[in-house]
Amino acid sequence: MAAPATGPHPRNARELFWAFSHLAMQGFGGVLGVVQRELVERRGWLSNEEFLEEWSLAQVLPGPNVCNLALMYGWRQHGPRGALAALAGLLALPLLTLLLVASVFRLGADQPQVVAALRGMGAVTVGVLAGAGIKLLLALRSHRLGPLAAMALAGLATLGITWLDLPLPAIVAGVGGLSCAWVYRCLRPGERAPG
Amino acid sequence: MNPADWLELLRLHLTLSPLAIGGAMTLAPELHRALVVQHAWLSEAQFQACLTLAQATPGPNVLYIALAGWTVGLQAAAGPWPQQLVLAALGLAIALVGVLLPSSLLACAAGHWLRQHPQHRGVRAFRQGMAPVVVGVMLSAAWLLACSLDLCTAPSQPVPAAIAVASTLAVWRTRMNLLWLIGAGGLIGALGGL
Repeated sequence: MAAPATGPHPRNARELFWAFSHLAMQGFGGVLGVVQRELVERRGWLSNEEFLEEWSLAQVLPGPNVCNLALMYGWRQHGPRGALAALAGLLALPLLTLLLVASVFRLGADQPQVVAALRGMGAVTVGVLAGAGIKLLLALRSHRLGPLAAMALAGLATLGITWLDLPLPAIVAGVGGLSCAWVYRCLRPGERAPG
Repeated sequence: MNPADWLELLRLHLTLSPLAIGGAMTLAPELHRALVVQHAWLSEAQFQACLTLAQATPGPNVLYIALAGWTVGLQAAAGPWPQQLVLAALGLAIALVGVLLPSSLLACAAGHWLRQHPQHRGVRAFRQGMAPVVVGVMLSAAWLLACSLDLCTAPSQPVPAAIAVASTLAVWRTRMNLLWLIGAGGLIGALGGL
């Protein structure tokens, strides 16, 4: 898949670096929800469908998911330089912040206000994940398998993780395998991808 | 720590990297076993602090591994503080590069292969078929984080629950900058709302 000819996309590795820095610095307790918001909603570099496809691979491969996504997206846009720029953006500023916070940790860790502030920020992160999740769930309306089947599979995966407490590889193999096999059957052998 | 220990630190992270399916947090039990129990390079409290601090500061979760490497390096040898800082930076670099290098090479290779075969029926089935699972993982992440903050089963905590609901709506229905939301959440917490 080549870089899209139309629509907004990062102009160079420097822009990739800053875009991933910007989203990383908003990701408290994980960056998953923020990536959708920054790359899809605010910058328009990916559609919801493209984001889901990109994330699928990042999710299945070993390694930090968001680092995998940054590497693959950066490479697709600007080659190896783009991949390194996106990964560096994701890590550099948060790492400096973390080291600073860790050095002054003993000054504030047992302060009840600090603990309470972190709880408040954590509650916002719940909302970021839930809000992005709802939007992506609604994006499944245009899924190949039809809205009902796609949302049912998403619900199945959610229940498997939260209620049955199944490990992620089992969900990927079980629900993901079922879903991929179903899509495979729906795709006609000679059919070309749109676009 | 002697040179063999540094090599062992690198080997540990290089071998854990390909096992991290589902993200960096899945490595926490194994890292704990190696760093705290087996080698005693970190104390129990230090390892927990790495996890907590990485969760509390912005950025990808994998940074807790970088901080653990930093802490291992920091107490690797007694000496003047510039020397300790250099060793801490070395520990950080070994941990972060070690845990990222194998998985990153794999991701770049897999991404490259997929770009070469965009029309392959199996590739397209995979990309479209996994989409519902990705949505499920994101919704689960929201639920599990809410539970870890005691929001799922505690109606006695109306304020954080209200913050979570309000930010869900703000993210879903508006294009508001997240930093405002995060700042507001932290402020309400610090002012004694929680």
